[in-house]
Amino acid sequence: MQRRTLMKAVLTAVTLTALQTTIVHAENTVLKIGFVGVTSGPAAAWGISNQRSMEARAAWINETGGYTIGGTTYDIEIVSFDDQKDPKRAIAGMEKMAQEGIHYVVGPNVDDGAAAVRPVAESNGIMYFPYAFPKALYQAPASNAVLGMVANYQSGPAIYKYLMAEKGVKTVAFIAANESDPLSQRDGGVEAATALGMEVVSSNVTYQVDTTDFTPVLTPIMRTRPDLLVLSGVSPANAPQLIRSARELGFEGVISTETAQDAGVLAEGAGDLANGFISVGGASTPELASPMMNEFVQRYTDMFGEYNDESNTKVYALEYILETLKADPSAIADVNAFQATMDTFEAPNPYMNGDAKLRYVGMSSFGQKRQVAVPLVVNVYQDGAFKTLFVAEVD
Amino acid sequence: MRRTSLGRTGPGFFHERKLKMEQILANGVYLGSQYAMIALGLTLIFALMNVLNFAHGQMYVIGGFVTYTFYGQWGVPFVLALVMSCVTLAILGALIERYLFAPVIKGSAREESTMLLAAGIAFFLDALILIIFGEKQRGVPKIVNGVFNYDFRLIMPYDRILICVLAILSIVAFIGLMQYTKTGRALRALAQDRTAAQLMGVNVDRYSMIGFALGAMLAGLVGGLLVTITGVNLGMGGPTSIKAFMMVMIGGAGVISGAIWGGIILGFMEAIGLAVLSQYGDITYLLIFISLMIFLAVRPQGLMGKPWG
Repeated sequence: MQRRTLMKAVLTAVTLTALQTTIVHAENTVLKIGFVGVTSGPAAAWGISNQRSMEARAAWINETGGYTIGGTTYDIEIVSFDDQKDPKRAIAGMEKMAQEGIHYVVGPNVDDGAAAVRPVAESNGIMYFPYAFPKALYQAPASNAVLGMVANYQSGPAIYKYLMAEKGVKTVAFIAANESDPLSQRDGGVEAATALGMEVVSSNVTYQVDTTDFTPVLTPIMRTRPDLLVLSGVSPANAPQLIRSARELGFEGVISTETAQDAGVLAEGAGDLANGFISVGGASTPELASPMMNEFVQRYTDMFGEYNDESNTKVYALEYILETLKADPSAIADVNAFQATMDTFEAPNPYMNGDAKLRYVGMSSFGQKRQVAVPLVVNVYQDGAFKTLFVAEVD
Repeated sequence: MRRTSLGRTGPGFFHERKLKMEQILANGVYLGSQYAMIALGLTLIFALMNVLNFAHGQMYVIGGFVTYTFYGQWGVPFVLALVMSCVTLAILGALIERYLFAPVIKGSAREESTMLLAAGIAFFLDALILIIFGEKQRGVPKIVNGVFNYDFRLIMPYDRILICVLAILSIVAFIGLMQYTKTGRALRALAQDRTAAQLMGVNVDRYSMIGFALGAMLAGLVGGLLVTITGVNLGMGGPTSIKAFMMVMIGGAGVISGAIWGGIILGFMEAIGLAVLSQYGDITYLLIFISLMIFLAVRPQGLMGKPWG
């Protein structure tokens, strides 16, 4: 009898909870935001940090009652698609987004994927926020892509200038994986370093994407004795191994990259050998992070068990989309309205202390505002954590 | 600004040329030993069951993650963590053979059935690794600190030397097992002629499972060893399998000595190519693939393989 009573109580509780959940969700209209990027294979860390940033933020919004745009409150639903870093899959992903009536998509993560989806996005009225650097994606006549981070040709010169002035760096060597993104970033870096008057002592050495042991790869570079070793477009999986091999081969100069990295991964993979490594980050260093950023990190950690420092930059795209829609609610189904709003849009940056603003930039690089104004935060790794080296602005 | 201690001035040019050859040889030995170990497990499974195990790389990755978890996360001594990798993979291999490959082999005479099954297992293990261990690159504390430096001609961290020695010892132990134990003799008999072995009283089902478990265990062992050097991430599985297949093709499919030679040859080709051709960009593997195609056109059975299988 007692068991039956207990069963009834449990069933009632479950039914009521389910009903309540349904009612809560039924209160709000659903706004779908897409993600097309790489969440499997060697570069999975890039896309997964994207996807999880969006999911953590969406869950947070939904938990606190939804997001109000033009008097309507929405629950945010993230629709994800793993493109496996394959342009054909990226096109299929963008087509899926179009079929679902989604107008705002974050991704793809790499150059060729971002270029491949352009026709699909433009013909189906989709604004997309790639993490890819080719300028053609953002320059007219291209219209629907918005660069979701700081490009290497923007961060690279800033880092090189700093190192020339502060560390007396004169010679530089570049190493890149043998695929489109790192190679184009290497070429951009060589151009920028040369323009600044640095001597490029090595730029030909590349490695297979699946390389796991970098000692043989780095040996020829070490013999050129650079002051600075730039890991162009290096993935978080390869950075610790490259740093470790370079240091073990006796390299004592500065090592830097223009991609975002994760402090935990560096600590595990390279330990103290990673001290002094310079990379581009977001806004979660203690000096810069606002209470909202700290809460985001906590919620992300609670949701997925572990935070990824790459999300410091990837937290922004969804916020930009929602804030811009809030500024012009008609843009929910009309990307032309969104594009018009981008020119004048400005809102407080909730993730940074101080008076930082969310706004679109890119006039000097692309001739039109097709880039989110993510702060250019240059970090240095030291003893398991990133410290802010300097902060700059793009445009 | 401090300068790298590698470079030299004055008579350094001579030094650099010397450094190149000695370093290349050391890199070749190191790469060759680890590659040979990776290829051994794959070729063993192929020899015993005629199965192309596309999931071999994923098994290697799981071995790395198990050592990472025990040694890197829980602070268990490295050797014990390595044993856990071996045990985990041996059990996983035995289960995969017993419940997946054995029924398929018995139920289908078509070789592509086992190939598709192996590919399916590879995808499944990839997904499992992502769920259990996450997407991040993982690494463990160094097992030995310090770098061997012979007058800047030969530089090799001590942990690489140790791993290289352990890999060579493991290969020797494996050969000993295959040559001088009852299990080894049974496995060799099975590899030579399955039907004859059965007629001579070898329990084919049992030894097939043991052989598969041993192959998977080797993958786990090398994954556990190399996590101390290269770290591990979920994307390593596929490329590792491809390299293992290359080594097996060079040496001859299903031949233990062939896998070892295949690993050593690939290791040296890679070390030489990366040193000599670095100024021309990443053409080392392009040339390796071209060489492999030409070689296979001339000798399709590989160095040590037999034309009749």
